[in-house]
Amino acid sequence: MSDVAAHEHHHDDHDHKPTGLGRWLFSTNHKDIGTMYLVFSLIMFFVGGAMAMVIRAELFQPGLQFVDPQFFNAMTTMHALIMIFGVIMPAGVGLANWMIPIMIGAPDMALPRMNNMSFWILPFAFAMLLATFFMEGGAPNGGWTMYPPLVTQLGEGFPYLIFTVHFLGVSSIMGAINIIATVFNMRAPGMGFMQLPLFVWTWIITAFLLIASMPVLAGAVTMLLTDKYFGTSFFVAAGGGDPVMFQHIFWFFGHPEVYILILPAFGIVSQIIPTFARKPLFGYESMVYATAAIAFLSFFVWAHHMFTVGMPLAGELFFMYATMSIAVPTGVKIFNWLATMWRGSMTFETPMLFALAFVILFSIGGFSGLMLGITPADFQYHDTYFVVAHFHYVLVTGALFALMAATYFWLPKWTGHMYDETLGQAHFWLSTISVNVLFFPQHFLGLAGMPRRIPDYAVQFTEWNMISSLGGFAFGLSQLLFVWVIIKCVREGKKADEQVWEGARGLEWTLPSPPPFHSFTVPPKVDASVAHS
Amino acid sequence: MANRNVNKTVRRLLLATVLMFGFGYALVPLYRVYCDLTGRGSNRVITAADVGNEVDRARLVTVVLDTNTRDIPWTFEAESHKTRVRPGELSEAVFTVENRSARTVTGRAIPSISPVQAGIYVSKMDCFCFTEQVLAPGESKAMPVRFIVDTDLPERFSSLTLSYTFFDVGENKALAANPS
Repeated sequence: MSDVAAHEHHHDDHDHKPTGLGRWLFSTNHKDIGTMYLVFSLIMFFVGGAMAMVIRAELFQPGLQFVDPQFFNAMTTMHALIMIFGVIMPAGVGLANWMIPIMIGAPDMALPRMNNMSFWILPFAFAMLLATFFMEGGAPNGGWTMYPPLVTQLGEGFPYLIFTVHFLGVSSIMGAINIIATVFNMRAPGMGFMQLPLFVWTWIITAFLLIASMPVLAGAVTMLLTDKYFGTSFFVAAGGGDPVMFQHIFWFFGHPEVYILILPAFGIVSQIIPTFARKPLFGYESMVYATAAIAFLSFFVWAHHMFTVGMPLAGELFFMYATMSIAVPTGVKIFNWLATMWRGSMTFETPMLFALAFVILFSIGGFSGLMLGITPADFQYHDTYFVVAHFHYVLVTGALFALMAATYFWLPKWTGHMYDETLGQAHFWLSTISVNVLFFPQHFLGLAGMPRRIPDYAVQFTEWNMISSLGGFAFGLSQLLFVWVIIKCVREGKKADEQVWEGARGLEWTLPSPPPFHSFTVPPKVDASVAHS
Repeated sequence: MANRNVNKTVRRLLLATVLMFGFGYALVPLYRVYCDLTGRGSNRVITAADVGNEVDRARLVTVVLDTNTRDIPWTFEAESHKTRVRPGELSEAVFTVENRSARTVTGRAIPSISPVQAGIYVSKMDCFCFTEQVLAPGESKAMPVRFIVDTDLPERFSSLTLSYTFFDVGENKALAANPS
């Protein structure tokens, strides 16, 4: 281990780092590109978060207070598009860029130039999407799912929406190809597939999901485009098309997409829990197989998003049972995490706190997902706030909490500085309490029948909406603390050593903190002390 | 050599990407097959020769007639909004359209049946939706639909809705491109 470090230090001396703006614009370095992805997603997190604040402010009371309904609907639509494609996905790809090469002992990603391109597409794509706010007809407001015929009635923003989706698809497919090419071809000697850290495993599977599902979305939105401008009628009833077909194609992409968002989070948590429980991950192989099983099943459950469109009974039963069956591999993962902690010497630093909150709160989201998967019950819950509560539990306290856990976990490695543990824990508790105040009452609202995507509501929903909004404002403000912790860490955090965490294992912890600009230019030796399982 | 392997991986993954893009489009004909099998969007056509003489006298099914117009200056009404028919019996519903504009308009009606699962049990011998309708300014016209509800219609369907939406062929690019 010290051999590797000494070697790297030696290399450090002729580490030619390009300087100025050019370093970032033309970067082909996986660490710099990873940093750009992460910073970009943090910025977009506040853009999308500001939209959420508008939504919660408007819903604080019944009646129309601040914005008109059209703009409110644009807020919900844009909030979703930005949080999914601009925050969770880029943050996941950013982590993959930063961590995968140094976890598998590769000098860089397999395709560094493509890496640069796949990042730089994003700022332009989102500039294009946000520009629709200033166009005639406003920003997209028919929901992020872009169902026709409503979406085709959007004004001048429509083609911008479609091309944004195309760009985002191209960017994430390039990212996925890069990740697979890297892991398949650039592992250090001795790093077999079953020695890969689980974060790498979850990303390979995510990358395959991206390659299988994003092109289908690209096809679906292309059909929308040609329907509107070129006289095709894929979804136009007048020409013999069927708008329901869009929902089938969209959710064929859409359900794998939700696992694209959550699988890297599973990987992150599988790195963090063993570290702070000071025990190897329980059931490494079953974790790999469970992840693959979830990914495979995700292609056969899409219609549970559309139980109410009028399907044959056999179809509804099939999609109900297929959906429920995903609970089995997911349960395997949850119990493996619990078993990893069982009789471990646990400590509760900020990354571990976020990982633990992930396990508990993601499970709540999983259980409400099971409720939604029951076809007859779904007729009651469909398009209510219960759905909103469900997917925010899996995406905010699930995916986002895991990303925050990852940030605290690897921030000392990235920057070479420790973050402020007291502030980190304060951020954790503020976030965890406020996020539950924000989303838990939405279960009650949904069960009581409050529909989603409305700016105004019946008065009996007032109290829970007020509580939810207060939780929302508190959660939003708490995230300013997150930024402050990161800035403070970068500027004045105390020096971190290469090990950082007592129980941390894996190649990335054999590098100094921060790792040199070029690492593992000579492949490291992988033995039992750094490999998994 | 690692570089050659990388190129091979990338080529395969790009191929997979292209294939999945194509698969998105392949879902369109697959969806048609699915619709034919389940009766979704069904518009079954029969001729007089297909009409059996088997009529289920024990049963009456309510047929609701729904009319809509979109982007066309016509009024479109069913003569009676509800009718009761016996399965197996040739039934007729009459609709009237009137062109309220000062120009000649060509319209086309798109049919649908609800609940969608019942679609395969309804057959039409004659329908104004089979062809385009041309109305001179101010002209009005009575148009029939002659249909049979199959005797195999499951008991759980006591009521069906036949719905028609008139679109302006001249105004609608999708219609003009697909004159079927």
